[in-house]
Amino acid sequence: MAHALSEEPSPVPIELVFILEQLTNGLLVGVYYLLIALGLSLIFSLGGIVNLAHGGFYAIGAYVMVTVADRLGYPAAFVISPIAVALIGIVVERVFFRKFYRLDPALGLLLTFGIAMVIEQVLRMAFGATPRPFSIPEFLRGQVFVGDFIYSRYRLAILGVAVAAVAGLWYLLQRTPFGRIVRAGIQDPDMVGALGISLKPYLTAVAALGIGLAGLAGGIMAPITGVHPAMGNEILIAAFVVVVIGGLGSFWGVVLAALLVGAVRGLTVYFFPPAAEASMYLLMFLVLLLRPRGLFGERIARLE
Amino acid sequence: MSHRFQRPDRRQIIKGVGAAALAAGIAKPHIVRAQSDTVRFGHLTPLTGFLGPLGEYAQMGVQLAVEEINAGGGVNGKQIELLMEDSVNPATASTKAERYIERDNVACIVGEISSASGLAISQVADRNKVLFVNTGCNSDALRGANCNRYMFHVEACNSQYVKGVGRNFLRNGLIDGKKIYFLTADYAYGHDLSRVGKNFVTEHNGEVAWEDLVPTDATDFSGYILKIRQARPDLIISNLAGNQITNFVKQYAEYGLDFPYGGFGFDTGVAWGAGKGNFGGEWPVIWHHLLDTPGTKAFVEAFTAKYGKPPENQAWGDYVATKILAQAMNETGSTETDALLEFLEGQKELDILKGRPGYFRDWDHQLIQEMYTMTAKPLDEVQDEWDLMVLGAPVPAADEDLTVIAPTREENACSFAS
Repeated sequence: MAHALSEEPSPVPIELVFILEQLTNGLLVGVYYLLIALGLSLIFSLGGIVNLAHGGFYAIGAYVMVTVADRLGYPAAFVISPIAVALIGIVVERVFFRKFYRLDPALGLLLTFGIAMVIEQVLRMAFGATPRPFSIPEFLRGQVFVGDFIYSRYRLAILGVAVAAVAGLWYLLQRTPFGRIVRAGIQDPDMVGALGISLKPYLTAVAALGIGLAGLAGGIMAPITGVHPAMGNEILIAAFVVVVIGGLGSFWGVVLAALLVGAVRGLTVYFFPPAAEASMYLLMFLVLLLRPRGLFGERIARLE
Repeated sequence: MSHRFQRPDRRQIIKGVGAAALAAGIAKPHIVRAQSDTVRFGHLTPLTGFLGPLGEYAQMGVQLAVEEINAGGGVNGKQIELLMEDSVNPATASTKAERYIERDNVACIVGEISSASGLAISQVADRNKVLFVNTGCNSDALRGANCNRYMFHVEACNSQYVKGVGRNFLRNGLIDGKKIYFLTADYAYGHDLSRVGKNFVTEHNGEVAWEDLVPTDATDFSGYILKIRQARPDLIISNLAGNQITNFVKQYAEYGLDFPYGGFGFDTGVAWGAGKGNFGGEWPVIWHHLLDTPGTKAFVEAFTAKYGKPPENQAWGDYVATKILAQAMNETGSTETDALLEFLEGQKELDILKGRPGYFRDWDHQLIQEMYTMTAKPLDEVQDEWDLMVLGAPVPAADEDLTVIAPTREENACSFAS
């Protein structure tokens, strides 16, 4: 047979539409990072704790989702899982975080690293190491076609939830008395104290919010990713990179960084897949080279 | 600081020393006694990381086997004492294997899943002349360039997986003259699988027209799936590993593409993790709990009674390997490496719970055995979370030699010259 076989695999034809499709898909992926990164940034900005257990709470969110959805259905689980995780967040803040706000940040790192390991091991003991089966609920299955582009209906629903969560958080921080005190506390906690306002309840509320967001992210990712005890590790580093690229204390910096990381990853998958997960580190390197505080990093007096 | 550091007083020190002496006194005769009237098996397998889910089943399998052997009188009248540890990575695996041999005086080492750790353990086994039975490392190189006299393989090698399922793809007209898209895990196992897979495809007049190397920590496959949709391949082959397979299968179902797909490597546990309605395609498997043989039925029943869920194929590997070693010890009446080696190299037919018995090939120590393929079960027939697959006919077929799917000497040369 005269069928000639090329030695090198031929590349996918490079057409603008394909690149555009990868780009928009990448932005969508960036939104998942965003939900985790925002909480991480918030907790660090106010309390100074680098929460290495954030991925653990993401995993708990996924497990609560799977367990509750099996009994009460997806909609109920969707509401219950972030609330349950936020409640765990309150307990963790009251019992552990509180003792570490004024201490060396390295101690907080050790603490949250320990909590992360405990969470992973508890999940392994309770549910086993094998991934728990879980699927997209029937009413959200299927695809949406925009021109020649294909989108998963479920991912579009996630996008809606994430945008709503981000908008709600923005409103809370920028337009309410609660937000004003949190933002003041980020800049100068001592001055807030001098004005007779105790930051304690705000620290608790911020931890509950941030950790609850991680739980929400875990719950909505459960149908499209493997639900296993170490799933938090997979997303935690990406979330950190997003926070660093965006700049500490900057809300829109984190939003922009998440989309940027997603877009760059999408293009790397297209052009050079082996580097897909590494692309964000290169991006971080370049951003820090040009802007050492991240894209929109604010000058925070107590961190200088 | 509110409390002062207290120096321990004399009484406390004496108590401590006394307790330590007592503990040592109790522990010591235990070890001496253990050496005289038990036979020790050392088990190693990764319990954390992306192979952790399989390691958990490996431990369940080996524990059940030891329990059954001991209940049946043990080996040569002695009970088996099972030691189990997390192998973590090649360096730790090597250290722990060393410790099993030198400190614990084990009769053999069983287990492992990662080919890199398996290689490390096999080198320790070779140096100390202790048998190592590999239950989960697939790399062909471990049976070829890196083979050694003291290592036997219950796990099938990549060639057996590729040829096992590849013959079905070929029969279904998905390879000859077709363009195939490879998704390959970007580490040693994926590369080895891809190499063997490419040989098979080109040999049968197909073309691997696209290949994406996927980082092992990738969890989002949407970008790859879009590329596949743009490329329009005739067949998609997964050379992915562990949790990657769960994620890919889930997300491929999410996008509803209808290109035929499947894999050259597979473990049932990760497909169970994908969930009902997500699993699809055609995959190779070394053993499945729905296999209709008396041995498998008894094993599945005992396993389910003990652990409350059916065994995954990794549990089969460690269970069967342990049973074979006990059989070798009982039939030779010895736990000496030389005697066991001679028994296993004798190409004796062994009951491995499958339709046809298997045997260790003498020149590379590979367990020559039947393989199977599996496809998705229609949704309305699915009973529970473990009932997602339909098992195909055994490969090779009953009238074929078992070695037709194993690598040939030319493909994977091995010499035990020492």
